[in-house]
Amino acid sequence: MILFQANDLSVRFGGIRAVDSVTFEVRQGEVFAIIGPNGAGKTTIFNLISRIYNSTSGKLLLGDTDFTQTPAWRIAGLGIARTFQNIELFPNATLLQNLLIGRHYHARTNFISEMMFLPSVRKAELRHREKVEDVIAFLGLERYRDSLIANLPYGVRKVVELGRALSIEPKLLLLDEPSSGLNVEETEGMGFWIEDIKKDLGITVIMVEHDMALVNQVSDRVMALNYGKVLAMGTPQQVQSHPEVVKAYLGGEVEGAA
Amino acid sequence: MHDAARILQLIVNGAASGCIYGLIALGFVLIYKATEMVNFAQGDVMMLGGFAAFTLIAHFHLPYWVGGILAIVITAALGYALDALIIRRVIGQPQFAVVMLTLGLGFIFRAGAGIAWGYDSVGFETPFTNKTIDIGGLILGEDSVSIIAGTVLLCGVLYLFFSRTRVGVAMQAASQNQLAAYYMGIPVRTIFSLIWAISAGVACLAGILLSPISMIDVNMGSLGIKAFAAAVIGGFGSIPGSVIGGVIVGIVEQFAGYKLPAGFQEVSSNIVLLLMLFVRPQGLFAERMGKRV
Repeated sequence: MILFQANDLSVRFGGIRAVDSVTFEVRQGEVFAIIGPNGAGKTTIFNLISRIYNSTSGKLLLGDTDFTQTPAWRIAGLGIARTFQNIELFPNATLLQNLLIGRHYHARTNFISEMMFLPSVRKAELRHREKVEDVIAFLGLERYRDSLIANLPYGVRKVVELGRALSIEPKLLLLDEPSSGLNVEETEGMGFWIEDIKKDLGITVIMVEHDMALVNQVSDRVMALNYGKVLAMGTPQQVQSHPEVVKAYLGGEVEGAA
Repeated sequence: MHDAARILQLIVNGAASGCIYGLIALGFVLIYKATEMVNFAQGDVMMLGGFAAFTLIAHFHLPYWVGGILAIVITAALGYALDALIIRRVIGQPQFAVVMLTLGLGFIFRAGAGIAWGYDSVGFETPFTNKTIDIGGLILGEDSVSIIAGTVLLCGVLYLFFSRTRVGVAMQAASQNQLAAYYMGIPVRTIFSLIWAISAGVACLAGILLSPISMIDVNMGSLGIKAFAAAVIGGFGSIPGSVIGGVIVGIVEQFAGYKLPAGFQEVSSNIVLLLMLFVRPQGLFAERMGKRV
Protein backbone atom coordinates (compact mmCIF):
# COMPACT_ATOMS: atom_id res chain seq x y z
CA MET A 1 0.00 0.00 0.00
CA ILE A 2 1.29 3.45 -0.92
CA LEU A 3 1.31 5.90 2.03
CA PHE A 4 3.03 8.91 0.52
CA GLN A 5 3.45 10.19 -3.01
CA ALA A 6 5.34 13.10 -4.53
CA ASN A 7 4.29 13.65 -8.14
CA ASP A 8 6.46 15.69 -10.46
CA LEU A 9 7.57 17.90 -7.58
CA SER A 10 9.57 20.99 -8.55
CA VAL A 11 10.71 24.16 -6.88
CA ARG A 12 12.63 27.02 -8.42
CA PHE A 13 14.59 29.61 -6.48
CA GLY A 14 15.22 32.34 -9.02
CA GLY A 15 16.86 30.58 -11.93
CA ILE A 16 17.87 27.52 -9.98
CA ARG A 17 15.77 24.39 -10.09
CA ALA A 18 16.53 23.11 -6.60
CA VAL A 19 14.13 20.22 -7.07
CA ASP A 20 13.36 19.24 -10.62
CA SER A 21 10.36 17.03 -11.45
CA VAL A 22 10.96 14.55 -8.65
CA THR A 23 8.47 11.71 -8.45
CA PHE A 24 8.58 9.02 -5.81
CA GLU A 25 6.30 7.01 -3.59
CA VAL A 26 6.76 5.56 -0.15
CA ARG A 27 5.04 2.35 0.90
CA GLN A 28 3.30 1.85 4.18
CA GLY A 29 5.76 0.60 6.79
CA GLU A 30 9.03 1.07 4.93
CA VAL A 31 12.11 3.15 5.63
CA PHE A 32 12.85 5.29 2.61
CA ALA A 33 16.21 7.08 2.45
CA ILE A 34 17.10 10.07 0.33
CA ILE A 35 20.81 10.42 -0.40
CA GLY A 36 22.93 12.66 -2.55
CA PRO A 37 25.89 15.02 -2.47
CA ASN A 38 25.65 18.40 -0.73
CA GLY A 39 23.26 20.71 -2.52
CA ALA A 40 21.48 17.88 -4.29
CA GLY A 41 18.09 19.05 -2.99
CA LYS A 42 17.51 16.49 -0.22
CA THR A 43 16.62 18.91 2.54
CA THR A 44 14.71 21.04 0.04
CA ILE A 45 12.46 18.03 -0.65
CA PHE A 46 11.92 17.70 3.11
CA ASN A 47 11.05 21.35 3.36
CA LEU A 48 8.60 20.94 0.50
CA ILE A 49 6.94 17.95 2.17
CA SER A 50 6.73 19.75 5.50
CA ARG A 51 5.40 22.82 3.68
CA ILE A 52 8.07 25.32 4.69
CA TYR A 53 8.49 25.99 0.97
CA ASN A 54 5.75 26.16 -1.62
CA SER A 55 6.42 23.94 -4.57
CA THR A 56 6.50 25.59 -7.99
CA SER A 57 4.63 22.63 -9.41
CA GLY A 58 3.74 19.08 -8.55
CA LYS A 59 1.60 17.31 -6.01
CA LEU A 60 1.99 15.88 -2.51
CA LEU A 61 -0.30 13.09 -1.37
CA LEU A 62 -0.64 11.30 1.95
CA GLY A 63 -2.93 8.37 1.33
CA ASP A 64 -5.67 10.05 -0.69
CA THR A 65 -5.20 13.46 0.88
CA ASP A 66 -3.66 16.12 -1.32
CA PHE A 67 -1.65 18.39 0.98
CA THR A 68 0.20 20.43 -1.63
CA GLN A 69 -1.41 23.62 -0.30
CA THR A 70 -1.83 22.73 3.39
CA PRO A 71 -0.25 25.26 5.80
CA ALA A 72 2.76 24.01 7.78
CA TRP A 73 0.96 23.98 11.12
CA ARG A 74 -1.65 21.53 9.84
CA ILE A 75 0.98 18.96 8.85
CA ALA A 76 1.02 17.42 12.33
CA GLY A 77 -2.75 17.04 12.06
CA LEU A 78 -2.36 14.99 8.90
CA GLY A 79 -0.08 12.61 10.79
CA ILE A 80 3.32 13.81 9.61
CA ALA A 81 6.05 14.56 12.13
CA ARG A 82 9.59 15.70 11.42
CA THR A 83 12.95 16.27 13.02
CA PHE A 84 15.57 18.79 11.97
CA GLN A 85 19.19 18.52 10.98
CA ASN A 86 20.19 21.07 13.64
CA ILE A 87 17.66 20.07 16.31
CA GLU A 88 14.73 22.40 16.95
CA LEU A 89 13.58 21.84 20.53
CA PHE A 90 12.09 24.18 23.10
CA PRO A 91 15.30 25.01 24.99
CA ASN A 92 13.81 26.49 28.17
CA ALA A 93 11.48 23.59 28.81
CA THR A 94 12.14 20.17 30.25
CA LEU A 95 12.33 16.99 28.22
CA LEU A 96 8.92 15.96 29.53
CA GLN A 97 7.39 19.31 28.56
CA ASN A 98 8.90 19.07 25.09
CA LEU A 99 7.31 15.68 24.56
CA LEU A 100 3.99 16.84 25.97
CA ILE A 101 3.87 19.68 23.43
CA GLY A 102 3.98 16.92 20.86
CA ARG A 103 0.50 16.01 22.16
CA HIS A 104 -0.78 19.52 21.40
CA TYR A 105 -2.62 18.43 18.30
CA HIS A 106 -4.36 15.58 20.13
CA ALA A 107 -5.80 17.75 22.91
CA ARG A 108 -9.55 18.16 22.70
CA THR A 109 -10.39 20.00 25.91
CA ASN A 110 -11.74 23.54 25.87
CA PHE A 111 -10.28 26.75 27.19
CA ILE A 112 -12.51 27.38 30.23
CA SER A 113 -12.27 23.85 31.58
CA GLU A 114 -8.49 24.02 31.10
CA MET A 115 -8.33 27.20 33.21
CA MET A 116 -10.30 25.51 35.98
CA PHE A 117 -8.50 22.19 35.52
CA LEU A 118 -11.75 20.19 35.55
CA PRO A 119 -11.70 16.40 36.02
CA SER A 120 -12.14 15.90 32.25
CA VAL A 121 -8.99 17.93 31.64
CA ARG A 122 -7.17 16.02 34.34
CA LYS A 123 -8.12 12.72 32.74
CA ALA A 124 -7.00 13.88 29.30
CA GLU A 125 -3.72 15.14 30.76
CA LEU A 126 -3.11 11.76 32.37
CA ARG A 127 -3.74 10.00 29.08
CA HIS A 128 -1.25 12.25 27.29
CA ARG A 129 1.24 11.72 30.08
CA GLU A 130 0.93 7.95 29.68
CA LYS A 131 1.55 8.20 25.95
CA VAL A 132 4.60 10.35 26.54
CA GLU A 133 5.88 7.97 29.24
CA ASP A 134 5.63 5.15 26.67
CA VAL A 135 7.85 7.15 24.34
CA ILE A 136 10.30 7.94 27.16
CA ALA A 137 10.52 4.24 28.01
CA PHE A 138 10.85 3.30 24.33
CA LEU A 139 13.86 5.58 23.89
CA GLY A 140 15.30 4.99 27.37
CA LEU A 141 15.16 8.67 28.34
CA GLU A 142 13.91 8.14 31.91
CA ARG A 143 16.83 9.72 33.69
CA TYR A 144 16.62 12.96 31.70
CA ARG A 145 12.86 13.33 32.14
CA ASP A 146 12.96 16.57 34.15
CA SER A 147 16.16 18.07 32.74
CA LEU A 148 16.05 21.34 30.86
CA ILE A 149 16.89 20.82 27.19
CA ALA A 150 19.50 23.59 27.38
CA ASN A 151 21.43 21.42 29.87
CA LEU A 152 21.41 18.19 27.85
CA PRO A 153 24.28 17.02 25.63
CA TYR A 154 23.82 17.12 21.86
CA GLY A 155 23.45 13.38 21.42
CA VAL A 156 20.62 13.21 23.95
CA ARG A 157 18.85 16.20 22.42
CA LYS A 158 18.85 14.41 19.10
CA VAL A 159 17.00 11.50 20.72
CA VAL A 160 14.63 13.90 22.49
CA GLU A 161 13.70 15.42 19.17
CA LEU A 162 12.95 11.95 17.85
CA GLY A 163 10.84 11.34 20.97
CA ARG A 164 8.90 14.52 20.47
CA ALA A 165 8.13 13.51 16.90
CA LEU A 166 6.94 10.10 18.14
CA SER A 167 4.69 11.76 20.74
CA ILE A 168 2.70 13.17 17.83
CA GLU A 169 1.90 9.51 16.95
CA PRO A 170 2.57 10.14 13.27
CA LYS A 171 1.82 7.90 10.31
CA LEU A 172 4.82 9.31 8.49
CA LEU A 173 8.05 10.36 10.19
CA LEU A 174 10.53 12.61 8.41
CA LEU A 175 14.07 12.39 9.78
CA ASP A 176 16.48 15.05 8.52
CA GLU A 177 19.99 13.63 8.94
CA PRO A 178 19.34 11.65 12.12
CA SER A 179 23.05 10.87 12.52
CA SER A 180 24.48 14.35 11.98
CA GLY A 181 26.57 15.46 14.94
CA LEU A 182 26.48 12.01 16.55
CA ASN A 183 29.51 9.83 17.26
CA VAL A 184 29.81 6.28 15.92
CA GLU A 185 28.20 4.72 18.97
CA GLU A 186 25.30 7.15 19.04
CA THR A 187 24.76 6.66 15.32
CA GLU A 188 24.47 2.92 15.87
CA GLY A 189 21.90 3.55 18.61
CA MET A 190 19.96 5.80 16.27
CA GLY A 191 19.96 2.99 13.70
CA PHE A 192 18.43 0.55 16.18
CA TRP A 193 15.73 3.03 17.13
CA ILE A 194 14.80 3.65 13.50
CA GLU A 195 14.50 -0.13 13.02
CA ASP A 196 12.33 -0.37 16.15
CA ILE A 197 10.18 2.55 15.03
CA LYS A 198 9.48 0.67 11.83
CA LYS A 199 9.00 -2.80 13.34
CA ASP A 200 7.42 -2.12 16.73
CA LEU A 201 5.51 1.08 16.07
CA GLY A 202 4.76 0.47 12.40
CA ILE A 203 5.62 4.04 11.47
CA THR A 204 6.72 4.79 7.93
CA VAL A 205 9.99 6.73 7.77
CA ILE A 206 11.52 8.99 5.15
CA MET A 207 15.03 10.06 6.02
CA VAL A 208 17.72 12.23 4.54
CA GLU A 209 21.08 10.76 5.49
CA HIS A 210 24.77 11.03 4.65
CA ASP A 211 26.06 8.11 6.67
CA MET A 212 25.93 5.21 4.20
CA ALA A 213 26.41 2.60 6.94
CA LEU A 214 23.22 3.83 8.61
CA VAL A 215 21.39 3.95 5.27
CA ASN A 216 22.42 0.35 4.56
CA GLN A 217 21.44 -0.77 8.04
CA VAL A 218 17.90 0.60 8.14
CA SER A 219 16.51 1.51 4.76
CA ASP A 220 14.36 -0.64 2.51
CA ARG A 221 14.66 1.62 -0.46
CA VAL A 222 16.90 4.51 -1.40
CA MET A 223 16.54 7.43 -3.76
CA ALA A 224 19.70 9.20 -4.91
CA LEU A 225 19.51 12.81 -6.04
CA ASN A 226 21.85 15.20 -7.75
CA TYR A 227 21.19 18.75 -8.92
CA GLY A 228 17.56 18.32 -7.91
CA LYS A 229 16.98 15.33 -10.18
CA VAL A 230 16.50 11.67 -9.35
CA LEU A 231 19.61 9.66 -10.30
CA ALA A 232 18.55 6.24 -9.11
CA MET A 233 15.99 4.46 -6.95
CA GLY A 234 15.97 0.95 -5.50
CA THR A 235 17.52 -1.12 -2.72
CA PRO A 236 20.58 0.37 -0.99
CA GLN A 237 22.87 -2.00 -2.92
CA GLN A 238 21.32 -1.24 -6.31
CA VAL A 239 21.54 2.50 -5.78
CA GLN A 240 25.09 2.50 -4.48
CA SER A 241 26.40 0.51 -7.38
CA HIS A 242 24.48 2.58 -9.93
CA PRO A 243 27.08 4.19 -12.20
CA GLU A 244 25.40 7.63 -12.14
CA VAL A 245 25.48 7.63 -8.33
CA VAL A 246 29.12 6.63 -8.20
CA LYS A 247 29.90 9.39 -10.67
CA ALA A 248 28.00 11.99 -8.67
CA TYR A 249 29.79 11.11 -5.45
CA LEU A 250 33.29 10.58 -6.76
CA GLY A 251 33.21 12.81 -9.79
CA GLY A 252 34.49 10.17 -12.17
CA GLU A 253 33.84 6.83 -13.81
CA VAL A 254 34.95 4.66 -10.93
CA GLU A 255 33.84 1.05 -10.85
CA GLY A 256 32.90 -0.93 -7.80
CA ALA A 257 33.18 1.90 -5.29
CA ALA A 258 30.22 0.71 -3.24
CA MET B 1 3.81 56.39 64.33
CA HIS B 2 2.72 59.23 62.11
CA ASP B 3 5.90 58.82 60.13
CA ALA B 4 5.43 55.08 59.75
CA ALA B 5 1.89 55.61 58.45
CA ARG B 6 3.17 58.22 56.04
CA ILE B 7 5.81 55.84 54.72
CA LEU B 8 3.29 53.05 54.31
CA GLN B 9 1.02 55.36 52.41
CA LEU B 10 3.87 56.33 50.10
CA ILE B 11 4.59 52.67 49.51
CA VAL B 12 0.96 51.91 48.65
CA ASN B 13 0.66 54.90 46.33
CA GLY B 14 3.97 54.03 44.75
CA ALA B 15 2.98 50.42 44.31
CA ALA B 16 -0.27 51.53 42.69
CA SER B 17 1.35 53.71 40.04
CA GLY B 18 4.08 51.09 39.80
CA CYS B 19 1.47 48.46 38.93
CA ILE B 20 0.38 50.64 36.01
CA TYR B 21 3.98 50.81 34.76
CA GLY B 22 4.22 47.09 35.34
CA LEU B 23 1.11 46.38 33.27
CA ILE B 24 2.41 48.41 30.34
CA ALA B 25 5.81 46.74 30.76
CA LEU B 26 4.07 43.38 30.70
CA GLY B 27 2.70 44.28 27.29
CA PHE B 28 6.21 45.11 26.06
CA VAL B 29 7.58 41.87 27.45
CA LEU B 30 4.85 39.56 26.11
CA ILE B 31 5.38 40.81 22.59
CA TYR B 32 9.15 40.89 22.88
CA LYS B 33 9.39 37.36 24.24
CA ALA B 34 7.29 35.97 21.45
CA THR B 35 8.38 37.95 18.43
CA GLU B 36 11.57 39.77 19.47
CA MET B 37 9.88 43.01 18.52
CA VAL B 38 9.45 45.98 20.83
CA ASN B 39 6.14 47.73 20.47
CA PHE B 40 6.89 51.38 21.18
CA ALA B 41 3.21 52.19 20.72
CA GLN B 42 2.29 50.21 23.85
CA GLY B 43 1.69 53.37 25.91
CA ASP B 44 -0.50 54.78 23.17
CA VAL B 45 -2.51 51.58 22.99
CA MET B 46 -3.19 52.13 26.70
CA MET B 47 -4.36 55.66 25.86
CA LEU B 48 -6.73 54.33 23.19
CA GLY B 49 -8.03 51.75 25.66
CA GLY B 50 -8.64 54.47 28.21
CA PHE B 51 -10.58 56.55 25.68
CA ALA B 52 -12.56 53.50 24.58
CA ALA B 53 -13.60 52.92 28.20
CA PHE B 54 -14.37 56.65 28.58
CA THR B 55 -16.63 56.60 25.52
CA LEU B 56 -18.49 53.49 26.62
CA ILE B 57 -18.92 54.52 30.26
CA ALA B 58 -19.32 58.32 30.09
CA HIS B 59 -21.02 58.65 26.69
CA PHE B 60 -23.03 55.46 26.33
CA HIS B 61 -23.67 55.28 30.08
CA LEU B 62 -22.74 51.63 30.35
CA PRO B 63 -22.07 50.39 33.88
CA TYR B 64 -18.37 50.58 34.86
CA TRP B 65 -17.76 46.83 34.76
CA VAL B 66 -19.57 46.21 31.48
CA GLY B 67 -17.97 49.21 29.81
CA GLY B 68 -14.56 48.26 31.15
CA ILE B 69 -14.71 44.67 29.91
CA LEU B 70 -16.09 45.76 26.56
CA ALA B 71 -13.27 48.31 26.21
CA ILE B 72 -10.71 45.61 26.96
CA VAL B 73 -12.23 43.35 24.32
CA ILE B 74 -12.27 46.16 21.75
CA THR B 75 -8.66 47.13 22.47
CA ALA B 76 -7.58 43.49 22.30
CA ALA B 77 -9.26 43.22 18.89
CA LEU B 78 -7.35 46.32 17.84
CA GLY B 79 -4.11 44.66 18.99
CA TYR B 80 -4.92 41.54 17.00
CA ALA B 81 -5.68 43.56 13.88
CA LEU B 82 -2.54 45.64 14.36
CA ASP B 83 -0.41 42.51 14.15
CA ALA B 84 -2.39 40.65 11.53
CA LEU B 85 -2.69 43.61 9.15
CA ILE B 86 0.39 45.76 9.74
CA ILE B 87 3.17 44.41 11.95
CA ARG B 88 3.29 41.01 10.26
CA ARG B 89 4.37 42.72 7.04
CA VAL B 90 7.71 43.84 8.47
CA ILE B 91 8.74 40.37 9.69
CA GLY B 92 12.16 39.69 8.24
CA GLN B 93 12.99 43.40 7.94
CA PRO B 94 15.69 44.91 10.18
CA GLN B 95 14.75 45.65 13.80
CA PHE B 96 14.96 49.32 12.94
CA ALA B 97 11.91 48.99 10.68
CA VAL B 98 9.84 47.66 13.57
CA VAL B 99 11.01 50.47 15.85
CA MET B 100 10.10 53.13 13.30
CA LEU B 101 6.81 51.45 12.46
CA THR B 102 5.62 51.22 16.06
CA LEU B 103 6.86 54.74 16.90
CA GLY B 104 4.98 55.97 13.84
CA LEU B 105 1.84 54.09 14.83
CA GLY B 106 2.10 55.80 18.23
CA PHE B 107 2.04 59.22 16.53
CA ILE B 108 -0.93 58.17 14.42
CA PHE B 109 -2.81 56.94 17.49
CA ARG B 110 -2.17 60.18 19.36
CA ALA B 111 -3.23 62.33 16.42
CA GLY B 112 -6.27 60.14 15.79
CA ALA B 113 -7.29 60.27 19.43
CA GLY B 114 -6.83 64.05 19.42
CA ILE B 115 -9.17 64.37 16.45
CA ALA B 116 -11.74 61.95 17.85
CA TRP B 117 -11.76 62.91 21.53
CA GLY B 118 -10.02 66.29 21.65
CA TYR B 119 -6.94 67.34 23.58
CA ASP B 120 -8.58 67.95 26.96
CA SER B 121 -8.21 65.58 29.86
CA VAL B 122 -11.30 63.50 30.49
CA GLY B 123 -12.34 61.08 33.19
CA PHE B 124 -15.23 58.84 34.12
CA GLU B 125 -16.88 57.87 37.34
CA THR B 126 -15.56 54.60 38.78
CA PRO B 127 -16.73 52.73 41.88
CA PHE B 128 -13.37 53.60 43.44
CA THR B 129 -13.20 57.33 42.81
CA ASN B 130 -12.73 59.49 45.90
CA LYS B 131 -13.33 56.70 48.38
CA THR B 132 -10.99 55.61 51.09
CA ILE B 133 -10.50 52.52 53.21
CA ASP B 134 -9.39 52.82 56.80
CA ILE B 135 -7.19 49.94 57.93
CA GLY B 136 -6.33 50.53 61.58
CA GLY B 137 -5.74 54.24 61.15
CA LEU B 138 -4.02 53.84 57.81
CA ILE B 139 -6.11 55.71 55.24
CA LEU B 140 -5.76 54.36 51.73
CA GLY B 141 -7.45 55.54 48.55
CA GLU B 142 -9.70 52.86 47.09
CA ASP B 143 -8.40 53.82 43.67
CA SER B 144 -4.85 52.82 44.64
CA VAL B 145 -6.04 49.61 46.25
CA SER B 146 -8.12 48.76 43.18
CA ILE B 147 -5.08 49.14 40.93
CA ILE B 148 -2.99 46.81 43.08
CA ALA B 149 -5.80 44.28 43.42
CA GLY B 150 -6.53 44.44 39.69
CA THR B 151 -2.87 43.84 38.84
CA VAL B 152 -2.54 40.92 41.24
CA LEU B 153 -5.72 39.39 39.87
CA LEU B 154 -4.54 39.82 36.29
CA CYS B 155 -1.18 38.22 37.09
CA GLY B 156 -3.01 35.26 38.60
CA VAL B 157 -5.21 34.86 35.54
CA LEU B 158 -2.22 35.17 33.20
CA TYR B 159 -0.34 32.59 35.23
CA LEU B 160 -3.21 30.11 34.93
CA PHE B 161 -3.58 30.94 31.27
CA PHE B 162 0.07 30.35 30.38
CA SER B 163 0.59 27.29 32.52
CA ARG B 164 -2.68 25.43 32.00
CA THR B 165 -4.40 26.26 28.76
CA ARG B 166 -3.48 24.82 25.42
CA VAL B 167 -3.33 28.27 23.83
CA GLY B 168 -1.12 29.53 26.64
CA VAL B 169 1.30 26.63 26.30
CA ALA B 170 1.25 27.07 22.53
CA MET B 171 2.25 30.72 23.08
CA GLN B 172 5.20 29.67 25.23
CA ALA B 173 6.21 27.08 22.65
CA ALA B 174 5.96 29.52 19.75
CA SER B 175 8.10 32.05 21.60
CA GLN B 176 10.80 29.48 22.33
CA ASN B 177 11.04 27.97 18.87
CA GLN B 178 8.78 29.03 16.00
CA LEU B 179 9.89 26.39 13.55
CA ALA B 180 9.37 23.54 15.99
CA ALA B 181 6.03 25.01 17.06
CA TYR B 182 4.72 24.77 13.49
CA TYR B 183 5.34 21.03 13.46
CA MET B 184 3.60 20.56 16.79
CA GLY B 185 0.47 21.79 15.03
CA ILE B 186 0.59 25.33 16.39
CA PRO B 187 -0.61 28.10 14.05
CA VAL B 188 2.28 30.39 14.94
CA ARG B 189 1.05 33.50 13.11
CA THR B 190 -2.37 33.42 14.73
CA ILE B 191 -0.72 32.80 18.09
CA PHE B 192 1.46 35.89 17.64
CA SER B 193 -1.58 37.99 16.77
CA LEU B 194 -3.28 36.66 19.91
CA ILE B 195 -0.26 37.74 21.95
CA TRP B 196 -0.63 41.25 20.51
CA ALA B 197 -4.30 41.06 21.47
CA ILE B 198 -3.47 40.09 25.05
CA SER B 199 -0.90 42.82 25.47
CA ALA B 200 -3.32 45.40 24.05
CA GLY B 201 -6.01 44.13 26.42
CA VAL B 202 -3.61 44.41 29.37
CA ALA B 203 -2.71 47.97 28.29
CA CYS B 204 -6.41 48.85 28.19
CA LEU B 205 -6.86 47.45 31.70
CA ALA B 206 -3.96 49.67 32.80
CA GLY B 207 -5.69 52.69 31.28
CA ILE B 208 -8.98 51.87 33.02
CA LEU B 209 -7.35 51.27 36.40
CA LEU B 210 -5.33 54.45 36.05
CA SER B 211 -8.29 56.70 35.25
CA PRO B 212 -9.37 57.42 38.87
CA ILE B 213 -5.94 58.75 39.87
CA SER B 214 -4.91 60.44 36.66
CA MET B 215 -7.13 61.71 33.89
CA ILE B 216 -7.22 60.24 30.42
CA ASP B 217 -5.59 62.41 27.80
CA VAL B 218 -3.89 62.08 24.46
CA ASN B 219 -0.41 62.17 25.95
CA MET B 220 -0.87 59.62 28.72
CA GLY B 221 1.04 57.17 26.53
CA SER B 222 4.27 58.86 27.60
CA LEU B 223 4.05 56.67 30.71
CA GLY B 224 5.36 54.07 28.32
CA ILE B 225 8.87 55.47 28.84
CA LYS B 226 8.74 54.68 32.56
CA ALA B 227 7.22 51.33 31.76
CA PHE B 228 10.10 50.64 29.42
CA ALA B 229 12.49 51.30 32.30
CA ALA B 230 10.42 48.92 34.43
CA ALA B 231 10.64 46.21 31.79
CA VAL B 232 14.42 46.54 31.50
CA ILE B 233 14.81 46.48 35.30
CA GLY B 234 12.73 43.32 35.39
CA GLY B 235 14.93 41.62 32.81
CA PHE B 236 12.93 42.27 29.61
CA GLY B 237 11.77 38.74 29.16
CA SER B 238 10.25 37.95 32.49
CA ILE B 239 6.57 38.53 33.21
CA PRO B 240 6.81 38.73 37.03
CA GLY B 241 10.00 40.75 36.53
CA SER B 242 8.17 43.43 34.58
CA VAL B 243 5.52 43.90 37.29
CA ILE B 244 8.12 43.94 40.07
CA GLY B 245 10.26 46.33 38.03
CA GLY B 246 7.21 48.57 37.68
CA VAL B 247 6.51 48.52 41.42
CA ILE B 248 10.15 49.39 42.17
CA VAL B 249 10.01 52.36 39.79
CA GLY B 250 6.67 53.48 41.28
CA ILE B 251 7.83 53.34 44.90
CA VAL B 252 11.17 55.03 44.21
CA GLU B 253 9.27 57.78 42.43
CA GLN B 254 7.00 58.38 45.42
CA PHE B 255 9.91 58.60 47.83
CA ALA B 256 11.87 60.84 45.47
CA GLY B 257 8.90 63.18 45.37
CA TYR B 258 8.60 63.18 49.16
CA LYS B 259 12.23 63.43 50.22
CA LEU B 260 14.18 64.91 47.34
CA PRO B 261 14.04 68.37 45.75
CA ALA B 262 11.49 69.06 43.05
CA GLY B 263 12.31 67.53 39.69
CA PHE B 264 13.89 64.37 41.01
CA GLN B 265 10.60 62.51 40.93
CA GLU B 266 10.40 62.81 37.15
CA VAL B 267 13.89 61.46 36.49
CA SER B 268 13.98 58.88 39.27
CA SER B 269 12.83 56.04 36.99
CA ASN B 270 15.77 56.73 34.68
CA ILE B 271 18.16 56.88 37.62
CA VAL B 272 16.97 53.47 38.80
CA LEU B 273 17.32 52.18 35.26
CA LEU B 274 20.89 53.48 34.99
CA LEU B 275 21.85 52.01 38.36
CA MET B 276 20.36 48.70 37.31
CA LEU B 277 22.33 48.70 34.08
CA PHE B 278 25.53 49.37 36.02
CA VAL B 279 24.98 46.75 38.67
CA ARG B 280 23.04 44.00 36.94
CA PRO B 281 22.64 44.69 33.23
CA GLN B 282 20.67 41.51 32.58
CA GLY B 283 17.88 42.73 34.89
CA LEU B 284 16.38 41.20 37.99
CA PHE B 285 14.86 38.10 36.45
CA ALA B 286 17.07 37.40 33.49
CA GLU B 287 16.16 34.31 31.58
CA ARG B 288 18.69 32.51 29.45
CA MET B 289 17.80 33.64 25.99
CA GLY B 290 20.88 32.42 24.18
CA LYS B 291 20.28 31.45 20.61
CA ARG B 292 22.07 28.62 18.95
CA VAL B 293 23.83 29.62 15.77
